[in-house]
Order: sequence, then structure tokens, then C-alpha cells
Amino acid sequence: MPSLLFCGPKMAACGMVISIWGVIMLAMLGIFFSAKSAVLIEDVPFTEEDIRNDPNPPQKIYSLYNQVGINCFIAAGIYVVVGAVSLCQVRLNKRQEYMVT
Amino acid sequence: MVFRSEEMCLVQLFLQSGSEYDCISELGELGLVEFRDLNPSVSSFQRRFASEIKRCDEMERILGYLLREIQKAKIAIPGEDDGPLAPPPRQVLEIMEQLQRLEMELCEVAKNKEKLQRNLRELTEYTHMLKITRTFIHSRSRHEALGPQYEEFPTVETGSVTGCTGMQRLGAKLGFISGLIQRVKVEAFERMLWRVCKGYTILSYTEVDESLADLDTGEIGKSVVFLISFWGDQIRQKVQKICDCYHCHLYPHPENDDERADVLDSLRIRIQDLNNVLHRTEDYLRQVLQKAAESAYSWVVQVKKMKAIYHILNLCSFDVTNKCLIAEVWCPVSDLTNLRGALEEGSRKGDATVPSFVNRIPSSDTPPTLLRTNKFTSGFQSIVEAYGVGDYREVSPAPYTIITFPFLFAVMFGDLGHGTVMSLFALWMVLMEKKQKKKRSGNEIWATFFSGRYIILMMGLFSIYTGLIYNDCFSKSLNIFGSGWSIKPMFANQHWTNKTVQSNSLLTLDPNVSGVFSGPYPFGIDPIWNMAVNRLSFLNSYKMKMSVIIGVIHMSFGVVLSVFNHLHFQQKFSVYLVFLPELLFLLCLFGYLVFMIVYKWLVFSARESSQAPSILIHFINMFVMQGNDITPLYPGQTGLQIFLLVVAMVSVPMLLLGKPLYLHWLYRGGKALRRRRGYERVRRVSEDDGSITSTCDDDEEEGVDGLTIREAPPKQFDFADVLLHQAIHTIEFCLGCISNTASYLRLWALSLAHAQLSEVLWAMVMRLGLRITTKVGVVFLVPVFGLFATLTVSILLVMEGLSAFLHALRLHWVEFQNKFYHGTGVKFLPFDFSHLPSVFEQDGLL
Repeated sequence: MPSLLFCGPKMAACGMVISIWGVIMLAMLGIFFSAKSAVLIEDVPFTEEDIRNDPNPPQKIYSLYNQVGINCFIAAGIYVVVGAVSLCQVRLNKRQEYMVT
Repeated sequence: MVFRSEEMCLVQLFLQSGSEYDCISELGELGLVEFRDLNPSVSSFQRRFASEIKRCDEMERILGYLLREIQKAKIAIPGEDDGPLAPPPRQVLEIMEQLQRLEMELCEVAKNKEKLQRNLRELTEYTHMLKITRTFIHSRSRHEALGPQYEEFPTVETGSVTGCTGMQRLGAKLGFISGLIQRVKVEAFERMLWRVCKGYTILSYTEVDESLADLDTGEIGKSVVFLISFWGDQIRQKVQKICDCYHCHLYPHPENDDERADVLDSLRIRIQDLNNVLHRTEDYLRQVLQKAAESAYSWVVQVKKMKAIYHILNLCSFDVTNKCLIAEVWCPVSDLTNLRGALEEGSRKGDATVPSFVNRIPSSDTPPTLLRTNKFTSGFQSIVEAYGVGDYREVSPAPYTIITFPFLFAVMFGDLGHGTVMSLFALWMVLMEKKQKKKRSGNEIWATFFSGRYIILMMGLFSIYTGLIYNDCFSKSLNIFGSGWSIKPMFANQHWTNKTVQSNSLLTLDPNVSGVFSGPYPFGIDPIWNMAVNRLSFLNSYKMKMSVIIGVIHMSFGVVLSVFNHLHFQQKFSVYLVFLPELLFLLCLFGYLVFMIVYKWLVFSARESSQAPSILIHFINMFVMQGNDITPLYPGQTGLQIFLLVVAMVSVPMLLLGKPLYLHWLYRGGKALRRRRGYERVRRVSEDDGSITSTCDDDEEEGVDGLTIREAPPKQFDFADVLLHQAIHTIEFCLGCISNTASYLRLWALSLAHAQLSEVLWAMVMRLGLRITTKVGVVFLVPVFGLFATLTVSILLVMEGLSAFLHALRLHWVEFQNKFYHGTGVKFLPFDFSHLPSVFEQDGLL
């Protein structure tokens, strides 16, 4: 079975750090978007017609908020996978280092 | 952390000969004292223990060779946590002998290995040559007419190395010379042969496929096998000379195929044998090195300690009876008992009949400065000392720096998210410190960050606090308590209608309308400002005023600290003539500015905001003493301002002339007073000749050290000198007050820059990822966040962090410390084995 190691110890550690940060920050962003926080209004992709042609305001904007929130959660999930892969790499690197010395 | 540096005393150590080595070894382990050189005029070759040091140098040389060999063989050297003690002199010879034996063995083995390898290369070349000339012969035999006949010619052995085969029976004397030559020389060789031998030689050559190692140097290069056939003896000599000239390696040429096959076989067997022997030699070498590596570390430490002890012994002087060694050391007064204990221990170990003892002597030299630190405070102490080591017994700014430095950094950095990341990084370093200390990494930048881990931790924690105050987390505000502003009431009283909203792109919330502003946010800045367009105008005003207030408080604190210095150095007059004018000048002008700022904040509310006066205009008017046409802030303002201005103006000449005139009066007038006062005064004067300050009546008796005087008492009191010095100080202080207060505005500038950078990063990077609406585009958010994280760390944390660190440091060094700190002292460097650098560690061998 060919070696599953494809990045060095430093790269794997970076991957771990960014994954943990990503999971926490994207999860919190997802929560804040779902809570329809006003501070994040600029990040929601609404257009002028969304505001004007809304039969039942502000449900269109709210649904956009929810969409972005779900996007954030999905991204957080992907980062969980990336984190798991990095963890494996870190373990493999440690094992290789242990075997050489 | 201590208020001022420790009290030191000069101590004489009387070390009995016989136990002096052990006493100094004991002192080196404890690291208590700093030795003074008692033989400064003696060169290092003439010192008493020069031969011992030479021996140590020799041992270090052998150890260096040993460590290099061990490193070449890639064997790891196990280190120990506590190094071994310095060996007694009798053990030194044993170690020396061991090392010399090892060195000899290693040299021999290396030499043998060299020889064997050279042999191997020669045999390899010979093999190649034989194989290739075989093809020459066989190919030639197909083309030449002489070919088949050549094989029948009987051989005549000449027994020479060149092995030319003569065909004397036929009288044709056809000779062969074969060998190898370097590829680069082949064309010149051929041309030379042709010119010299005028066509009586035939040269055929082919390049060897694999690159061979050169015999002597071991370099890999291409070689060419050649075969020269020639007629005649004289030609043979010429060809041999040419071959010598071109450094060819000649090998005997076999006469026929059978002989060639035999030689090839024997060569093969010999090469195999040689390889075996080489392997065995390498194994043996490795074994020797491994055994040596086990004790290498302890040898290095022992030799280092030994050399240090002899170096210190060279600094001591022998007393008249030649029986004991005298050393002069600086020792902290609180460590005297430890010193005595160490000497007793050393005497016991050295089996001395008479124990060594200490004797405290008075001294007029300025002792070095010692400030004890632990792992937390050492970082802050080092950044204070980078500006200058404090004078002896001067007030140290380090304990306050532990809080003010991270705080000023945080004011410039203030972001909750960035602060959290920084604190977590520092926390990781702190938790890993035991492991990192053992690693001894060579990367200097990492070592710098690691040694400042507690500073970074404090900076991060304070940044979290200021991030909560500025309400800034990765450039977004957090709404924890609910905003104090509400938009709905603006519609209640018809101030705004749907038409207003549709026809205006920007609207102003009016806090005077009831219900719009329900009170200030409990902690920090209201989150609604994050969405306001005029956010910066509000924040700028707030941050600028805050910077000035912090600056004035910091500087006043610095001025107040100078009182302790004046009192300690027995210059009580300085408190009235220097400190008081300084403080009055600072507070009357800039303290009043702070008062006006706070007054305006408290007194004017949203209702009167249109009539709120500009503080700057009032401040300027105070100086030009005009402004009777603008409404005063409070009744009696003009009168108070004139009073403050007068006080400040009066304190300038007081600062300039007070101290020089007082000292002048003291020296001239006081001396006259002394003569009149009688015998007792005269006696005291004659004892302390020339020292001005000791005639003060409030002289505290502190024993021998009480007479440490900051300014060396001049025999001749130079009025002009003191006046000039004081004039420079006055100008520096007064102009400095203004410029330093303005300098604190960098707190505003950097925090603005940080906030804006953070906002730009979010808007340009993160927003792109969040605004994606397509189904597949969700995955785009993942690399966008990775990019955002990387840029945050590299730009906002590292670059901005270093920048804010530097500016906070500058504020401490220049604006704070020039109010009271001199920083012209000498650091106390105790004789401690753990502080001595190892030559091998620097070379990366250990």
C-alpha cells in the first residue's frame, strides 16, 4: 500500500490549526446568520428588487439569511473533514519520525 | 519584581590553596557573585594557570574533531538534564588520556579507510579498462589486415608496469600502452601524441559509461579508456612521458584473451574482498563513534567548566605568603550567607585544613545592577534593559511595564478575535515550555518569539479586553446587551415616513427624539455604530481624547517616580527644585486639557450638542490670552486659566535656575558656614572631603553604602557645567512635554489603521465567499476562509502586531522613561556555568 503521507509535519500542523479555527468561526457565523444579525447585512447577497418586490417583507431577506447560514454550516462540515485528514497526516508524520530515529 | 535594584557589596574571598578549585566550582554552580580582575596588566600568556588553560584548549580541539566525526556519521548525542560537575584536577589527566587515545584511533581508522577506498577505485578502473580494450582488440581484428596475425605473436614480458608487448622476433616491436585519462583532456592528449610521435602511434579510445571517482580526490567525473599501439622503443619512452604529463592512470595490458579473462577474474575477487573489508571498517568506525558519543556530552560540559574555573583563578591574586588566593567579587548583600555556605562546602570537598572565608570591604566604585527576575518577569525586564541597564539602586520601571506595556499595545491593537488567536498561540507556547526548552532549536526568530511568550500572552489578554471595549471582532461588532439606539421611535412622531425612507439614501437618527436613544451601552461601544456611515467621526474624536488622557496620566506617573530617585540619592532639594516645577508645568497645561475634555463629556449632552464648544479653540485661546468673545465653559474660566498659565510660566525659570543656584550657594555659602560652626563640622568636612551632599543635615546613615552619590562630587564645583546641564534638561522637559503628549496620539492612529485593515480584509475576502448563492458555490467558501485566515495571521497579527509592539515600546522608552530613568548602569553578570555559552552549541555540533 503506497504511503498515505503527502505533506510534511509543518503543513499538517497548519492544516489542523486552520481547520479548528474554520470549524469554530464558520459555525458561529452560521449561528449568527440564522439569528438574522443586523451587523452582517452587507454579507447577505440581496439585490434592490429583493427589497422592493417583496410581497411579504422581510421574508425574502430572511430566507437569504438562512441560505447563507446553511452555507456556513456546510463549510464548517467540510472543515471538519479537512481537520480529520490533517490529524491523520500529523499522526503519520509522528510515526515516521519515530521509526527513523 | 522589585522596586529598585539590589544592594551590592564588594567582598574579598580568601581561598586556601588546595581547595580553591573546589570553592570556585561550587560558586560556579550557584552563580552568586561576579569576579573582578585583579591582574589587569598581566597578559593572558603570563598568567598563573596558563598551562592548564592550554590543556583545556587541547581537549576542546579533540572534542571538536570527535563531534564533527560523530555528526558526519549521523549519530545522535544523548544530552543530560543536569550536567556533571567540574572534574577535580586528578581526573583531568584521565579524561585527557582517553580523548587522546580516541583521537589516535579515529585517525588511524580514517587513514586505513582512505587507503582501502583508493585501492578499490584503482581496481575498478582496471576492470573497466580491460573490458573496453577487449572491444578495441576484437573490433580492430575485424578491420585490420594485421588483426589475426596479431593474436599469434608470442609475448615477451618486459616486467615493467607499462607492460608493452614486444614482437621482437619479427623485429616489428609493436607495443601497447593502455590506461585511463580524464574526459576533458582527451582531445589535447590525442593532438599531442600525433604531433610528437608523427603518426607512429595509433590511439583508440572510448568513454567509460559510468562516472568513476577520481583516485585521490574522490570526485566523480567521466573518464576515457585509451589504447595506444606504437612501433619502437623510443616512441615508447615519448608516449610514457606524455602519459605522465597528462596524469593518465596506466595499467598492464594483457597479451591475449585468456590472460585477460584471468586478470578480470582475479580483479573481481579482489574487488569483492575489498568491499567486505571496507564494510567491516565502516562498521568498526561507527561502533567506536557510538561509544564515544555516549560520554561526549559530559566531556564537553566538564571541559567547559574546567576552563571557566581556571579562567577565574587567573583573575585572582596570590597573597604575600603565597598560601592562599585572594579574589574580589561583587556580591548581593542578601546572598552573603549563601556565599559563606558555598565556601564551606568547597573547602570540605577540597579537604582543606583551613577553611576559606570572606571579608567585606568598603568601596567607592559603583557596583553593578542586579534585578532578580523569574520566568514571567524576565521578558519585561529584558525589554526595559534593551534601552539601558538601570543605574545602581535606581527605581526600576519594569514592574509597571508588566501592566502598562500590554495595555498600550492593546489600545493600538484592540480586536477581540485577533486577541483571542494571539492569546491561544501564547498559551500553547507557555504550556509547551518544558518540551521546547529541551529542544534548543536553532531558528533565531522562533527563539525570540518563544522567549517573549509571557509578553505575548499578556498582550493577547489585554487585547481581548480592549476588543470588548471597542466592540470589534474581526471587524464585526457583537450585540451582547442590546443596542441603546432604536429606529422605530423615529417613525412614531412622523419625523420619518415611508416617503422619507424611499427618497433618501442616508438618514440621521436624532437622539433628541424620545425613545431613539435609551441610554449608553453597558460595556464598550454600541454595536449600531458598526452600521453607521459616520462611524469614524465618532470614533476618531473618542480615541484621540482617550489617547491624550492616557498619555498625560502615563507621563505624570513617570514624573512622580522621579521623587523616589531624588529621595534615595539624598537630593531632597531636587524634590522642591526639580520635581515640583516639572509636575506643575505638566499638570497646569496638559492636566488642565484633560480636565476640559472630561468636563465637556460630563456637562454637555445631546440636547446642547449644537452649542458644545471646541476644546482645542479654548486651549489655544488660553495661551494667547484672548477669547473674551466666546462663551466660557464654566464661570471663572478666564481667571483660572490665567492663574494656571502664570504658574506654568514661573515653574520654567525655577526648573532652569533653582538647582544650580542652590548648589552654588551650598558650595560657597555653606563652606563659609562650616568654618564658622566649629570643630565638629570641620572634622566631618575633612573626613568627607569634597562631598557636597553629605553635609546635608538629613543624612541617613546607611552604613558603607549610604554614601552612594549620583553625581560624582567635584572637587571644584563647576557652576557653568551644572547650569548648562540643567538648561538642557529644562528645554528637553518643557518642549518634550508638548511633543510627547502629541506622540501619544499614535495610540489613536494605530488603532484606526488596525480597524480599517481588518474591515478591508473582511470586505474584500470573506464577503466574496459569503455572497455566493449558487449550489456548487458553497464549496468556494472553504478556500476563501483559508485565505482569510492566512491573511489575518500574516498581515493583521504578525505585521500589525509587530508594529503595535514597536510603538508601545517606543512610548515606554522615550515618553515614559525620560521623565525619571537614567539607564547608564552596568549589569551584574554572575559567574555561572549555565550562562557560559558552549562553543560547540554555537557551531551546531551539539
